Amino acid sequence: MINPHDNTEPRDMIVVKDLYKHYGHVKALNGVNLTVKKGKVIVVIGPSGSGKSTMLRCLNHLEKPTSGEVWIDGLLLGKDEKALNEARTEVGMVFQLFNLFPHLSVLENVTIAQKVVRGRSKDEATDIAMKQLKRVGIPEKADVFPTNLSGGQQQRVAIARSLAMNPKIMLFDEPTSALDPEMIKEVLDVMLDLAKEGMTMVCVTHEMGFARSAADEVLFMDEGLIVEHTTPHGLFNNPKEERTKLFLSQILQH
Amino acid sequence: MDNTPSISDENAGIQLKDISWWFLAIILIFVWAIYIFLTRENYQEAFNFIKIGIAVTIKTSLIAYAFAVALGLFAGLGRISKNIFFNNLSRLYVELIRGIPMLVLIFFIALVGVPMFVDGINAFGAWLVSIGLGVIGAPLSGFGNRAFTMNSRAIIALSVTYGAFLAEIFRAGIQSIGRGQMEAGRSLGMSYGQTMRHIILPQAVRNVLPALANDFVAMVKDSSLVSVLAVRDITQVSRLYAGSTFRFREAYITVSVMYLTLTVVLSLLVQLMERRLRNND
Repeated sequence: MINPHDNTEPRDMIVVKDLYKHYGHVKALNGVNLTVKKGKVIVVIGPSGSGKSTMLRCLNHLEKPTSGEVWIDGLLLGKDEKALNEARTEVGMVFQLFNLFPHLSVLENVTIAQKVVRGRSKDEATDIAMKQLKRVGIPEKADVFPTNLSGGQQQRVAIARSLAMNPKIMLFDEPTSALDPEMIKEVLDVMLDLAKEGMTMVCVTHEMGFARSAADEVLFMDEGLIVEHTTPHGLFNNPKEERTKLFLSQILQH
Repeated sequence: MDNTPSISDENAGIQLKDISWWFLAIILIFVWAIYIFLTRENYQEAFNFIKIGIAVTIKTSLIAYAFAVALGLFAGLGRISKNIFFNNLSRLYVELIRGIPMLVLIFFIALVGVPMFVDGINAFGAWLVSIGLGVIGAPLSGFGNRAFTMNSRAIIALSVTYGAFLAEIFRAGIQSIGRGQMEAGRSLGMSYGQTMRHIILPQAVRNVLPALANDFVAMVKDSSLVSVLAVRDITQVSRLYAGSTFRFREAYITVSVMYLTLTVVLSLLVQLMERRLRNND
């Protein structure tokens, strides 16, 4: 067994080693290696089908890798479901389509996992939920059902729902891609605040503005590989790889 | 249709096609039935004889349906489970039941399945006695077929049969809930079971509530099949009445009206529920 920390700091939040994910003969990930230090904000960009969402979903084993290792805060994710559930409480995830629970009110959406997983009492869970809803700016919607919220509001509830579990890491899977343009900012603002507060974040996004202003590091992925891993400044002003240049020229020409 | 004279104006717009003629016909049947039950002595006699079976019909349907829901939920979860054993067992159960006529199943379960089960329990009890666990083993080995009355065998047979139908309804209901719901639950650290219970099933059951209720109506009707086991439900009692008096007309009109009353009332309740659910969306 290889020592997982042979060339990384033990306290690194996320360590990914030789991650492969194949669906039949479709090779979504072809050997991804990545280390994310505590408090860093990583933005992942790349063309569609490049494996960025797959990689993100492997980080909490929502997608089981074909091979390779994922370490979360020094803990190797494995086959043991119980350990996996515990690890997932430390890793919040925000989805493109929000995935709020439509049969529960906003408040219940934010309290359910706290009660079921963390074993918090109703009062405690409600307190924490209201704090998180205030943080994302919609405490007044606590008793509303998700279908009566705008997309931006729904996504903010989804963020509050994840934060209520007190995760160490937040994963964002194209959180603004399903939103109307006027609602993108309200979600990005919440994410920016979160980044400033020192949350470790990995964001798959097409919002280059967010990458510029919030990211500590930017990953450019293509064909299941990390092609370029650098600072936002480096990536946008001085891309090294041809594929990165081509991608940037396609998305930034307007 | 073009030359149909339109009688509608802005205020009163009732047309022939807007009227539920079938429903009026059913009401008419009920009115006629009430009339003959009130006026004809033969029918009164038949009614008074057959009504003693109503309790059995309702009790059998209700208990069997409760077991069928539990069994169906379990098998439905099995149908979508990734566990190979559980999945295949559920599939086998559903396919076996759906491939055999209900009447044959009722004979089989009541007259072959239950005795085989009792034999198994007896053998298990005898084995326990032989290894020195007589305290538990003795009562099990002495457990007789008589412990299962025909009424309880009928309930077992109906439950097992309907469990397979309900399993498919539950499966469809669970599969109608998007993948994202399970993923959201799991990403919050909830286990598969917890997500199923708190997130997926409440939504799935709500989606299939009308289908579940329809199957209850169907079960009330199919409960008449248990008359072949001599269970004294309204079908069996009316057969007895017809057999002893040769008043077939009175017997079968009476029992038909009884079933129709039960099913029409239940169907109306189902429709009401469906409307409620739709309005809540």
